[in-house]
Amino acid sequence: MSEESVITDEMRAAVGVESEPGVWPIERGAIEKFANAIGDSSDLYTDEAAARETPAGGVIAPPTFLRLLAPGPHKAAYAMPYVEVLDGGSEYEYHVPIRVGDTITSTVTLVEIFEKPGRLGLMLFRVHEFRYVNQYGQLVATQRSTSINYPDQE
Amino acid sequence: MPFFDDVSVGDTLPELKKQATTAQLVMYAGASNDYNQIHYDQDVAARAGHKSVIIHGALKSAWLAQLVTDWIGTTGALAKISVAYRGIDYPNDPITCKGTVTGKRTDSGRNLVDCDIWLENGEGAVTTPGKATVALPGR
Repeated sequence: MSEESVITDEMRAAVGVESEPGVWPIERGAIEKFANAIGDSSDLYTDEAAARETPAGGVIAPPTFLRLLAPGPHKAAYAMPYVEVLDGGSEYEYHVPIRVGDTITSTVTLVEIFEKPGRLGLMLFRVHEFRYVNQYGQLVATQRSTSINYPDQE
Repeated sequence: MPFFDDVSVGDTLPELKKQATTAQLVMYAGASNDYNQIHYDQDVAARAGHKSVIIHGALKSAWLAQLVTDWIGTTGALAKISVAYRGIDYPNDPITCKGTVTGKRTDSGRNLVDCDIWLENGEGAVTTPGKATVALPGR
């Protein structure tokens, strides 16, 4: 089990570089499909008439729908030493709801990279910050996610 | 639907029960564009040391978000949620999402309530702890 650092100059150079944008028109069908997949039957996500009677004023996307709105490609590429990956958790902050008909632009920036010893060897942690902005230039939400890569287990 | 004035530290959120089928994991893979095979290919999951395919971490996040939004209804707003994936969860296991109120504060004119939230597996072990902050209307 290797305990040598795998963090390269290429990886360090990628910290702070914002990705290309991903541009996502928000469709009613995608919201409905997502709400069904997570098993959330709230009218807010599927029933326009009922949702219009609430303070939301119409159908909105479930909070974790953000996960679907992938940013564009990274501008600063680097080779990853390991294939195996775990999702270490996420933190979302919400400012404005996402509505049917919106166009959301998402970007991601690698904000932190570090290593910790673990059960599976020296594990590589990467923290990414995602920003989601609507067609009016409003910051809709941010997301911070930690991904953990570990040496391939053979 | 709760008002800020009526919520107290120590209150519990109504529990949310979930039990994912493998079909639901496939639905979630499609709906979220997450095609990591560990969520639908038993061989890939076994090679990674799991007893079966595993539930997407982000699906568990979605359940914990629903725990909170079911509680606050349409008049409250989810401001912040964080989730840590400490343990793996499996399809067919009965899962319970739970939460308690840990704090109340007013910030820039918003009535904010902080909660601890977590997901327990069928044996009652906490696999997925988290925190949420909601904005609630005053009376």
